[in-house]
Amino acid sequence: MSLLIENLHATLEDGTPILNGVNLEIPTGEVHAIMGPNGSGKSTLSKVISGHESYIVTGGSVTLDGVDILEMDIDQRSRAGVFLAFQYPAEVPGVSNANFIRAALQARLPKGQDIDAVAYYKNLYAKMDLLEMDRKFTARSVNEGFSGGEKKRNEILQLMMLEPKYSILDETDSGLDIDALKIVAKGVNAMRSADRGFLLITHYQRLLDYIAPDYVHVMSAGQIVRSGGPELALELEETGYDFLKELATA
Amino acid sequence: MPTAISQPSILTEAPRTSAVFPAWFARTQEAAWTSFQQTAAPKRGDEPWRFSSLKELDFSATTRAEFLGEASELIQRSKGLEQFSAKFVFVNDGFALAINHLPKSVICMPLAEALLSHSELVEQYFMRHPATLGSKKFTDLHTAHLSNGMFIHVPAGVVVEHPIEIFHWVQGQHQATFPHTLIVAGEKAQVRVIETFQSINERDATWTIAVNDLIAEKAANLQYSVVQALNTESKIISVNASEISASAVATSFQLHTGAAWARSESICRLLGEESRSYMFAVSVPSHDQEYDLRTFQHHVSPGAYSDLLYKNSLYDESRTIFSGLIFVDEGAHRTDAYQTCRNLLMSNACEANSMPGLEINADDVKCSHGSTSSQISEEEIFYLRARGIHSDTARQLIARGFSIEVISRLAHEASETYILRMLDEKFATLKS
Repeated sequence: MSLLIENLHATLEDGTPILNGVNLEIPTGEVHAIMGPNGSGKSTLSKVISGHESYIVTGGSVTLDGVDILEMDIDQRSRAGVFLAFQYPAEVPGVSNANFIRAALQARLPKGQDIDAVAYYKNLYAKMDLLEMDRKFTARSVNEGFSGGEKKRNEILQLMMLEPKYSILDETDSGLDIDALKIVAKGVNAMRSADRGFLLITHYQRLLDYIAPDYVHVMSAGQIVRSGGPELALELEETGYDFLKELATA
Repeated sequence: MPTAISQPSILTEAPRTSAVFPAWFARTQEAAWTSFQQTAAPKRGDEPWRFSSLKELDFSATTRAEFLGEASELIQRSKGLEQFSAKFVFVNDGFALAINHLPKSVICMPLAEALLSHSELVEQYFMRHPATLGSKKFTDLHTAHLSNGMFIHVPAGVVVEHPIEIFHWVQGQHQATFPHTLIVAGEKAQVRVIETFQSINERDATWTIAVNDLIAEKAANLQYSVVQALNTESKIISVNASEISASAVATSFQLHTGAAWARSESICRLLGEESRSYMFAVSVPSHDQEYDLRTFQHHVSPGAYSDLLYKNSLYDESRTIFSGLIFVDEGAHRTDAYQTCRNLLMSNACEANSMPGLEINADDVKCSHGSTSSQISEEEIFYLRARGIHSDTARQLIARGFSIEVISRLAHEASETYILRMLDEKFATLKS
């Protein structure tokens, strides 16, 4: 069981190549981290996996437990078990957070079957408590007027409610103070299990102090250029990404 | 060459004022009929009818609606709020039901009854100002033919706890109704009224020419909401005006989901210091529905506030016209006035026309107006779909949210719940 990315190539609509043959396997039960400098294609990878229409896949495959997801619509991929925690979550005016998450859960049920409202709110409140989110967030419009930290917590709340098999967290640590980071990490760690896989995309090692990865990969120019254990993140923290230049000239 | 009059219609039949109505009312109807006949019909090039589909204004085969005796089923179908202070049901302008839990001092009754029992009070407030946004001819027609409606008078200091509900049901091919709603909130009085227009069947092409006047006396708070959910064969012209005295607040809210063609003219007159007007509208036209919305925020007094927010979500080949003017009289200093119309274009074939306007004749004034038209942002759609929500549902959630932003401005949960239910009935018929 894994989220398997093989030789993935993608371009912008104007043909600019962004991903140039990404190979990565995230088996269930493991946490992988991708690090890399700005512009290396980290965020693009997350968007291509979730089906963003601004990118064109020009080669390779992404399979979820053996099933090709590149042929699926955006919403189908989500229901199949891929979750993207956004770096910049959209604001959706007039749609309450509670109704939004409920609609996402409802979309996973067969036609004619409805969410049990009482159980839903009980579950929602429990997860909000764990993320130290005020109850007023249920009635507020999705992400509208939320602070950066509140938006990221809201992403993790959705992750916890939807219980996806594979989660991709795109720069979830950006814009978070240390307390908010700890809370977000608490949520993610609570979801770690033998039947779930995680991909953390981050610029800094700091996040990995709170969500310990099993493997660390370095991305550069649209490819994974190095892979290693958690110690690789520490090494990068010390040496920076300068070695990438050597790789490029070698 | 004179045209032969082939059949009776509301254009040719003189008023039939009931013999029991007071003399002043008969005179008013007669005068309105004369004025109607003397007033030219709107024509191409008339500014108040710019962008309008004038061909819709065809009454030639239209006769006055006949009252239907049996209304028990319609009373069942008149489902509004769980808690109300009073509930009235009309069928083709005929009075069908009254439930009244109001304090004894509140006058709340069909207009036909009020004309008998409170003639002087009705006369004091009835049609005080002619329509100024283009439909004078049609409000004359309304006045000439009207036979019923509602009269609500909340005396000074009385706070009505729950909303008063009014349901209008219409039926009859080429038949017309002329409902008139007159609401007066006395000094420091508070009242909410919700009026709903619906068709009895989906088939009959009816005409409704409605007038509603809101009078908020000193420090009163009057909230009026109207839900227009007629069948898609029918047409409606509605003219709404509020007069707002010092420190009073008047809110007028419209929801348009029905009718083939609807023209709405809404005016507020701010007559005293610290008077406040809120004008809200939510419209969700689809197929080839056309909504023509005209507004006028008239700052007569200095130190008054007005805010207008109209939102249209346009589906299929529907069309909207918004024309709004903030008018600040000479001497109306310290005016604070806002006007916003936003269009959400849900198809490539819809058409939204906006004509916002300002005319300021005073100093030290804060005014802004704006109008936007846009499609749903790709970013919002992607976000919802990335949570597994189907594309159609996602688009509808966003369009609903766009409307909810206005509805929530009513700040009254029970009213909002009812209006949302009526809005959701429309959304249930739409494919995104």
